[in-house]
Amino acid sequence: MIRKLAVMLWAGLWLAAAVPAQETPPPAADMRFRIVDDTTPSQRDSSSTADHTKFKELQGPFADGPAVTRACLACHTEAGKQVQASLHWTWEYIDPRSGAKLGKRHLVNNFCTNARGNEGMCAQCHASYGWDEKKDFGAAGLKWQERVDAGSAEHVDCLVCHDRSGGYYKVPPTEGNEACSVMFEGKAPIDFAKVAQSVGAPGRENCGACHFYGGGGDGVKHGDLDSSLKRPDRALDVHMDAKGLNFACSQCHVSDRHRWAGSRYNITAKDIEGTGKPGMRRDVATCESCHGLQPHPNDSVARVKLNDHVDRVACQTCHIPAMARGGVATMTQWDWRTAGRTKEGVGYKEHDYTQGNGTARDTYKSIKGSFVYGENLTPYYAWFDGQMQYTTIDTRFDPAQGPVAINGFSGAAANPDARIWPFKRMQTVQPYDKGNNTLVYMHLWGDDADAFWGNYDFGRAIRAGMERGGLPYSGEYGFVETLSYWPITHMVAPKENALACNECHSRDGRLSELKDFYLPGRDGRWLDWIGLLLVGGALLGVGGHALLRVWSAKGRAAA
Amino acid sequence: MSTRIIMVYSRFERFWHWTQMALIFTLLFTGLAVRGVHGMIGFDTAVTVHTWCALALIALWLLAIFWHFTTGTWRHYLPTTQGLWAVARFYAWGIFKGEHHPYRKAYWRKHNPLQALAYLSLKLVLFPAVWLSGLLYLAYDFWGTAGGALGWVAAVHVLSAYAILAFVIAHIYLLTTGHSFAEHVKPMLTGYDEVDLTPVEEAYLRESGAVAMKEPS
Repeated sequence: MIRKLAVMLWAGLWLAAAVPAQETPPPAADMRFRIVDDTTPSQRDSSSTADHTKFKELQGPFADGPAVTRACLACHTEAGKQVQASLHWTWEYIDPRSGAKLGKRHLVNNFCTNARGNEGMCAQCHASYGWDEKKDFGAAGLKWQERVDAGSAEHVDCLVCHDRSGGYYKVPPTEGNEACSVMFEGKAPIDFAKVAQSVGAPGRENCGACHFYGGGGDGVKHGDLDSSLKRPDRALDVHMDAKGLNFACSQCHVSDRHRWAGSRYNITAKDIEGTGKPGMRRDVATCESCHGLQPHPNDSVARVKLNDHVDRVACQTCHIPAMARGGVATMTQWDWRTAGRTKEGVGYKEHDYTQGNGTARDTYKSIKGSFVYGENLTPYYAWFDGQMQYTTIDTRFDPAQGPVAINGFSGAAANPDARIWPFKRMQTVQPYDKGNNTLVYMHLWGDDADAFWGNYDFGRAIRAGMERGGLPYSGEYGFVETLSYWPITHMVAPKENALACNECHSRDGRLSELKDFYLPGRDGRWLDWIGLLLVGGALLGVGGHALLRVWSAKGRAAA
Repeated sequence: MSTRIIMVYSRFERFWHWTQMALIFTLLFTGLAVRGVHGMIGFDTAVTVHTWCALALIALWLLAIFWHFTTGTWRHYLPTTQGLWAVARFYAWGIFKGEHHPYRKAYWRKHNPLQALAYLSLKLVLFPAVWLSGLLYLAYDFWGTAGGALGWVAAVHVLSAYAILAFVIAHIYLLTTGHSFAEHVKPMLTGYDEVDLTPVEEAYLRESGAVAMKEPS
């Protein structure tokens, strides 16, 4: 009896242990949006003529990153200046067509809204060292470019792009508020000598360290760029297929003196040049620059017809059938209005979305608001001529006119430079200046009392953000719906998974909203009604004639 | 004047007729698939088959036009008012009264005037309309602008195709008038049909052997 009881007790205890205890949610302060478990490199470049482990300049020991950079620049004399002249450093792009000041340095987006004023956090993704809040921020704005001189080139962070060992990482240059400053805890210290000797051409995870996590988390921003592209299979991306072509980003985003082709600020929506002369094109990252202007072999009617599409339909439209296919979700909606809720004065998170690879995603964060995620999403299709019109911080809009397009764009069937492109469309409700009808800079990150990620006070965060940007603020904020559009170009599916014709050439197909041109298979339904009337009339006519014949013949027979 | 059974539809004419029939039916079926009227085959298959059949039909037409002009058989389609009214009256009235068809096939007029007029308008209006609009449609990439022009080309193409289908319906129905359906189809299969010949024509055809003739049984 006692033994029986003991067994039951033991079994009960074992069961209790097996049932997971009330899952303790991670602290709201957890900002570890770039948790990378797999730190081994995705591809190895064995084509180099130099073995960096053999250079005595790289034997170390190195005290810090800038010490490594000095060693790099001793041989690569121009690299520092090149990086400092590039978009990766300046975060500024003056649009030659509109003159608008673009780049992270200026723009407002509809994720964490602005880098400006939050550089302490955002600069994790700036390829630099020696972030000095007093020098680099302030009312005059960012001063990165002022450091572009020979003496400051050591501020360039070579390792973030060129470490091929996976042993290098970047932490925010400034402390955040307690509400969000828990990052990179428990990480092994960087062995600078080891990473310095492991340099090479950037692999996917080097670029991905920033570009996979845009918008505040894995896959959040783009829909076609997330950590699943570190080791994709063929179905996810035919070019980056780890067991196949295994392309690094720079295979398409070719570089010339540390400047990369394929910037979002300078989009080639329709490439009419194609491959160019062998080895000549270093200016674009278009499909056509490798595949030419007739990418399909002209060996069947269908393929000839597909080549006919190239002038009006972007390759991406058919060859990227869905976004976020790799098991990592992308964010589709963000509502800032709900931000700032606390439980007993403390911020919290909700994780109500489990993505394809099994990871739970935050659907609510006190510091950010509410989110909606999606996977395997059908893109939004539109005519696009490559010209985006940004709603910048000084653009005045009428909030009564409906959603504000953060990066509206032009394009129409009648515009020969436009092609039909797939986009990820991000829908956000975010703060704006109610008095001036402009977007606002928010001061989110910081260990000061004005930072929203700490005080949960929009009013103070906006006031501080606008002040730091040297911008007028009416003192009154509201919320406005905004839309942003992200042209989809990665996650190219194998050809057998490209869209079938009737995905668009059908009545309720993917292009049912694009009304400004004639699309065979979709349009001219009235023609069929007239035609069927004609055919029906003929059938009725001959039917009536036949009946009359039968009837009159009967009459004659009876007579 | 005597009735004789002679070869009225030469081998080429029968080949042309039946090949054209097969192509037109295939074109109608695949065309309707392209339009989304039915979904029995995929869009790409429909476009592929439609394009090849259209090119084949155009080749066949070019061959047939050449044949008509070199053999002089184009005269069969010359429009005439002579006897037209009688035939029209027959289909609208006489046929219900049990009258006989007023037209007798002649060696150089194997179609009755209404038939000739119908075929002529088919060849001069509907076929060129569907052919030219189809070529424009196919070559859209060379002239196409982003406006609504393709829509109008498609409209001409589609409406003429439906009109051809209406013609086909009437054409098949008319085979049921007069003699039996089989009687009507047979000449287009064997080539032989009853034709009224003048003594001179008969003598010439016998003497020259230019056209096969069956002795009346």
